[in-house]
Amino acid sequence: MSVTIPSFTLSSIGPWLTLTVGAIFLLLLDALSPKGRKAYFPQLSLVALGIAALQTYCLWGRSGTDFARMIYLDNFSFFFYFIFILGTALTVMLSRQYLEDWGKNLGEYYALVLFATAGMMLMASSAHFIMIFLGLEVMSIAVYVLAGLFREDFKSNEAALKYLILGAFSSAFLLFGMAMLYGAAGGTLYLPDLAARLTDKAFVSTPLALLAVALLIVGFGFKVASFPFHMWTPDVYEGAPTSVTAFMAVGVKAAAFAAFARVFFLVFPSLKVDWVMVLWVLAVATMTIGNVTAIAQTNIKRMLAYSSIAHAGYLMVGLVAANQLGAVSLLYYLLAYTLMNLGAFGVVILVGRKKDAYLNIYDYSGLGAQHPVLAATMALFMFALAGIPPTAGFVGKFYLFSAAVQAGFIWLAILGVMNSLVSVYYYLRITVLMYMKPAEADLGPVAFSPATTAVLVATAVGVLWAGVFPGFLYNLAVNSVKIFPGM
Amino acid sequence: MKLPILSFLVFFPIAGMVILLFIDRKNHKMLKEATLAISLVEFVVSLPLWFWFDGKTAAMQFVERYNWLPQYGISYYVGVDGFSLLLILLTTFLTPLCVLATWTDIQHRVKEFMICLLGLIAGMIGVFVALDLFLFYVFWEVMLIPMYLLIGVWGNPARRVYAAIKFFLFTMFGSLLMLVAILVLYFHYGKTTGTYTFDLLKMYGLSIPFNMQFWMFLAFGLAFAIKVPMFPFHTWLPDAHTEAPTVGSVILAAVLLKMGTYGFLRFNMPLFPQAAHYFVPLFSILALIGIVYGALVCMMQKDLKRLIAFSSVSHLGFVMLGLFTYTMAGVQGGIIQMINHGLSTGALFFIVGMIYERRHTRMIADFGGLSTPMPIYATIFMIVSLSSIGLPGLNGFIGEFLILLGAFKANMVYATIAATGVIFAACYMLWMFQRVMFGKVENEKNRTLKDLSPREIAIFAPLILFIVWIGVYPNTFLDKTKATTENFIAMMEKVKAPQVSFYQVIKGEAK
Repeated sequence: MSVTIPSFTLSSIGPWLTLTVGAIFLLLLDALSPKGRKAYFPQLSLVALGIAALQTYCLWGRSGTDFARMIYLDNFSFFFYFIFILGTALTVMLSRQYLEDWGKNLGEYYALVLFATAGMMLMASSAHFIMIFLGLEVMSIAVYVLAGLFREDFKSNEAALKYLILGAFSSAFLLFGMAMLYGAAGGTLYLPDLAARLTDKAFVSTPLALLAVALLIVGFGFKVASFPFHMWTPDVYEGAPTSVTAFMAVGVKAAAFAAFARVFFLVFPSLKVDWVMVLWVLAVATMTIGNVTAIAQTNIKRMLAYSSIAHAGYLMVGLVAANQLGAVSLLYYLLAYTLMNLGAFGVVILVGRKKDAYLNIYDYSGLGAQHPVLAATMALFMFALAGIPPTAGFVGKFYLFSAAVQAGFIWLAILGVMNSLVSVYYYLRITVLMYMKPAEADLGPVAFSPATTAVLVATAVGVLWAGVFPGFLYNLAVNSVKIFPGM
Repeated sequence: MKLPILSFLVFFPIAGMVILLFIDRKNHKMLKEATLAISLVEFVVSLPLWFWFDGKTAAMQFVERYNWLPQYGISYYVGVDGFSLLLILLTTFLTPLCVLATWTDIQHRVKEFMICLLGLIAGMIGVFVALDLFLFYVFWEVMLIPMYLLIGVWGNPARRVYAAIKFFLFTMFGSLLMLVAILVLYFHYGKTTGTYTFDLLKMYGLSIPFNMQFWMFLAFGLAFAIKVPMFPFHTWLPDAHTEAPTVGSVILAAVLLKMGTYGFLRFNMPLFPQAAHYFVPLFSILALIGIVYGALVCMMQKDLKRLIAFSSVSHLGFVMLGLFTYTMAGVQGGIIQMINHGLSTGALFFIVGMIYERRHTRMIADFGGLSTPMPIYATIFMIVSLSSIGLPGLNGFIGEFLILLGAFKANMVYATIAATGVIFAACYMLWMFQRVMFGKVENEKNRTLKDLSPREIAIFAPLILFIVWIGVYPNTFLDKTKATTENFIAMMEKVKAPQVSFYQVIKGEAK
């Protein structure tokens, strides 16, 4: 028996290769270099990410599939590649000083972050369900480890364990959903084939297909932290190292949404009536639970965790709308969210200091007087997350809700904007504390490292730039979603 | 070549914010002088608007238009007509006065204060000039942040945070529903005409089914009614006004509230004319409740600032009543009354702020007999109070008279009830004036109060000039708005309110 290897071009998976090779190189370097000489890991990771970004840039505009139709080459994937690379690069820049404070500036940290990013890319470009699953696991396992990085820290342990067990559980749901789909569609898991077969009435009406959709919603819902699969989020976000929390809130969510959107827009348009209503309810419940619970939080990381749940709810509005504008707004908002959320976490890291000693929101009291620039930056991110112009957060929400209105979901838009109103309350509270309350204790000096400062400057400028001149990103996003039927 | 005056007015304060960033934060004097210079430049640049404005046409003037997000039909589109002209000038006119008023009032975080003030000015002018719904919404929201900070950071320590958050959430609540309505309108326009645009002027005269008009009128109306504020959405106003620093109160009363009434004129009524006619009874009655209730509550106030805040509810009730008559006199009166209220109530807040600076109290009971130590102050206070009451010969009379004239044509009962508001106004203002100014000086601390300084008199001189000018010869101003108003009335007269019940609208039967 002879095995034929189908032809492939390595360049189509160039970015993943770079990241994987980079990660392995980092691991080797870590093992072979003498103790204490670990200064160059962040820089090396950034170099790898830079090369990956360049490769993605060169790939931009390609279309088709490769590796025996296992992966897609399209702008949708590449747009997400950029989001991941951006999110990861900013995370890496935030990490160094933070990890050094904890005495954990380890080579494997950066390797794991790069592996996770490669997994995310795999998820965004899969053309086959098994590939989605592989990507999901590559990403998740790396993130499980990252969550438990501070192994002497009780909370970090709790976070890792919780995430691992619940994550494994949700992966099982996802896998089970794929199995159902395999049966329902008559033995294929290629996304394009599934899309073709599911237009057939005979397949659509089977309970098996509906069950598959439901299970997939559970699996993806867990990763994006949507209600009622969000229970892990606050504990994990609070317990994990702050830089990892930032990475999870941004990267993992974006990757899950990439796969979520691709599967539902590409494979299940014929089942739209069924899943749209489910997602409608989930979106509203997610944003409401997230926003209402966030009000009661006093730990800034927990507050941002609930706010990230709420943002998952807003993002799901884009899925519910299921039109071109919905997909575009999803992409745009994920990018905007990456910028504003990483910025906010950057401030949290700076204010936190000394092994996260200052994570209570009341520690922000009087920040406006003691560190005006830092406070102004934080205020900008808070206003952006609340969706107030002229920030990217506003434009993103504007796109999302206009997609909902265009699709005729006016109530969804109304509930969505009312939710933003609720969110304004707790985001404003941070500004109230910073500017309108006296400091409870002297905050002391904040150590601005060049890398962290660069992150804050880049995200702040990005949030404003994307808010005032949204045209460029809008065009990119429109270009990216053309692959979906009817968009 | 046309000069981009409007863009300059919008963006110059923003440039000013950047300039202030580079001034040493400890150098208060320089910060204040720089802001004063910026606001004076702003005022001078706004003057050509007045002189070059053609009062004979209802068309938009000084128009500038650039693509912003053409894929979405969003453009940077600004222009001025009779409705917005006076409000812009009021804003630029008051700004230098506000800066002067901060001279001794604001002593901490001066730099941030001035930056917020300039941001606020940019936002307000943006609201008045925007002719693109998206652009309008952006300015409308942007302006919230500096105002929120002004109240929350420099307000009265006891309750400033409460007032600031209440202000923010109330306004945001209304404007978010308006955002949804804007989107619905946008897609409706796109579907009926095939082009997707946020251009406001193109949307005028679009035929919209009545049941859609009904809901969209309410959504827009809520945003504006909260801002005006109309009864029963006025509860944020006394808190915000009372807790804000003097300059914040002045800007809130003089300009911010006008955004609500301006919004009705510019958006609600022309966009949804059928619904606008349909809702005349509801909004007129709310306006009347505001007039009478605001005046009655004023009589019971012990706090000077709170009293003036509630008097705003009453005065703005007049404006709304006038606008909803859709008669020449009523609408013209409403517009001129917006300016009047800006001048008189702005001046009243300055007056209270000055006495607060001296005595650190605003309670009426703490004063009495102030006319003895402060004769100039008393004179100015008297003129402004009388203008607020509506004494013939001063500006308030013109506005209220025109509004009542319009209201009589439209509905006798409304006009009669509204007229009682004028009487109540006399009661509470004069009674307040009597308690503060006349009688013997009973509190020892009041005996040694210093009268107004030249700087303070300089603030009032221009205000009183216009108070008298409008009172004696209002045509200077009415002529500028006449053509726009005529056009507006003609537009409103073309349609009638459909005869449908509320129940039919709910069921979606009203087309």
